[in-house]
Amino acid sequence: MKIYKPAIITAILLLGSLLGSLPASARSSQPAARQPAIIQPDQSGEAILRKVDQNISSKNRVFESTMIIHGRRSTRSITSKSWSEGDKKSFSEYLTPAAEAGTKMLKLEGQLWIYTPSADRTIQISGHMLRQSVMGSDLSYEDMMDDRKLTDIYDSKVIGKDTLGGRDVLVLELTARVTDVAYHRQKMWIDAERFVPLRQEMYAKSGQLLKRMDLSDVERIQGRWFPKTMVYKDMLKEGKGTEFRITKIQFDAAIPEHVFSKASLR
Amino acid sequence: MEWLSIKLAFRNLMGSGKRTWLNVTVLSIAFVVIVFYNGLLDGWNLQAKRDTKAWETGSGRIDHVLYDQFDPLSLVDAHAPLGDMLKAEIESGSAVAVLAVQASAYPNGRMVNVLLKGIDPEQKTLSLPTAALDSGRVEGDPAIPVIVGDRTAKSAKLKEGDVMIVRWRDVNGTFDAREVRIAGIFKTTVPTVDGGQLWMPLEDLREMTSLYGEATYIVLSDEVVASGDFGSTGALSDEWRYMDEDALMKEIDDIIKTKRASSMIMSMLLLGIALLAIFDTQILSIFRRQKEIGTYIALGMTRLRVVGIFTIEGTVHSILAILLGLIWGMPLLKLIQHVGLPMPAGTDQVGLAIADKIVPAYSAGMIMASVVLVIVTSFIVSYIPARKISKMKPTEALRGKLL
Repeated sequence: MKIYKPAIITAILLLGSLLGSLPASARSSQPAARQPAIIQPDQSGEAILRKVDQNISSKNRVFESTMIIHGRRSTRSITSKSWSEGDKKSFSEYLTPAAEAGTKMLKLEGQLWIYTPSADRTIQISGHMLRQSVMGSDLSYEDMMDDRKLTDIYDSKVIGKDTLGGRDVLVLELTARVTDVAYHRQKMWIDAERFVPLRQEMYAKSGQLLKRMDLSDVERIQGRWFPKTMVYKDMLKEGKGTEFRITKIQFDAAIPEHVFSKASLR
Repeated sequence: MEWLSIKLAFRNLMGSGKRTWLNVTVLSIAFVVIVFYNGLLDGWNLQAKRDTKAWETGSGRIDHVLYDQFDPLSLVDAHAPLGDMLKAEIESGSAVAVLAVQASAYPNGRMVNVLLKGIDPEQKTLSLPTAALDSGRVEGDPAIPVIVGDRTAKSAKLKEGDVMIVRWRDVNGTFDAREVRIAGIFKTTVPTVDGGQLWMPLEDLREMTSLYGEATYIVLSDEVVASGDFGSTGALSDEWRYMDEDALMKEIDDIIKTKRASSMIMSMLLLGIALLAIFDTQILSIFRRQKEIGTYIALGMTRLRVVGIFTIEGTVHSILAILLGLIWGMPLLKLIQHVGLPMPAGTDQVGLAIADKIVPAYSAGMIMASVVLVIVTSFIVSYIPARKISKMKPTEALRGKLL
């Protein structure tokens, strides 16, 4: 019987989730104004996050992606197609490798189901499993499952300006204002002109840097700036982290409602 | 007359010469091996229970009701404030509270899942060298001292003085990370206090996780259990349950029971071979000594008596085998007991307490049981062929014709 691989499933779903929740401030179903604008220094962190969200958010997304897992000895690639709406609904299906093809995942309002074709079973991943860091990978389930808006759980402020990858960026510091949050503090580097996050760092309560997400290959897609590559790295571990590459993406597509139902898993 | 039967049996047996001694030798080997195997299991059982009690379980334990030592996921909720429960005993060192929390450690840039266990450095209930948690604290260094078992140290490539980062979640699920310093590496035969576990001062772990005054379980010493406040395994309150020694040793008992069954099969095979030889000898004797049987009956012996002579003859094999076994086996078994039986590396990976060397324990009861087993089985295999004598006609037997 095929064994369910939570690391891979989590990682693929994570991509869909993060795409929807990176800045995660006020959601808008309307595309934002696409005119480049320079962030004013007196703008609050929350206002900046909102602008980033306006740039990146869409009613929904359909995308194909490749996840490259850099192990200690080998590297694996997994491709998938995902449909997501906001940051609460997401559906993904593996395309390759053959051993994983046909496996489907559905995330709905903080719940996660996995369907494995070889076992012909749908399993709900819940409870403590969601709190686990995933077998040796750079990911944890809650990175994907916490779909609260950053502006709801963090106080944000601009702490400086910097240059990253040749782009002017503003550095935002986010400090948790609620207790039940995975990361007490985060830092974000926002492209000052394109309103795209280029780096995000997550810190422990003690101030120790735990994880870093680098976003690159920013392209203009359907009138918005969008990072097509993301490298997610556990900073306490050696290695190159886990890489996500979007190969195809479409915003505001017509996604039938039944896609986000348990019936679509089989 | 009975004495005559025994005398006759011995004389006939000795008359058989090498055949008798061959049977006796094989049976004596079976006897010694049975004693050895049982001694080995008894020795392991004693050692495993003694060490588990000393290092892990104490004489009894009070667990949080949600605590399942085989399910690390249960640890998330398996903790509660101790309040005044066993306060005096904990302060006096006759009971020790332990708080267990799942975490990830990053030795040399690798991530390994670990269990952080907080324990009072001054405790005296368990054999863990927790004093190193106090002495290993470096002034001005924020790294928390921890002690680890040598298995953990080996697998994570850690040595004394090494510093690594540990990441965990506090009671609210928020990630936190701190440096810990290896203050000591201990060697234990109990892998369940070693594999992937970092022992640190209880108050440090409570502060790290915001679980002030809480514990996952309390280990009790003989003294506390003997006070009689606790009965058998069962709930003490909505949050705590008492585990008695039998419940805590159940895993060891189960394993020993399984091992005993498998060793019994091997012993029985060996014993079976030896008994088969006696059985064959009996068949052959009855076939070749028909005239002798006829003579006995003609002289007035009842058939039952003749069956008795032959059965005793067969059974005497076992008595001689036990005597011979004692002559060569006792020094050998004593020697093994003295030097111990080395266990191959990695044997303790099964999760049970196994020392580097197992010292067999030969109890009088076990030896007596083995003696009885050998004698009774020999008696049975000697009697079965001899029953044929009761169907013999003396006249036919005298002529050497088997009916």
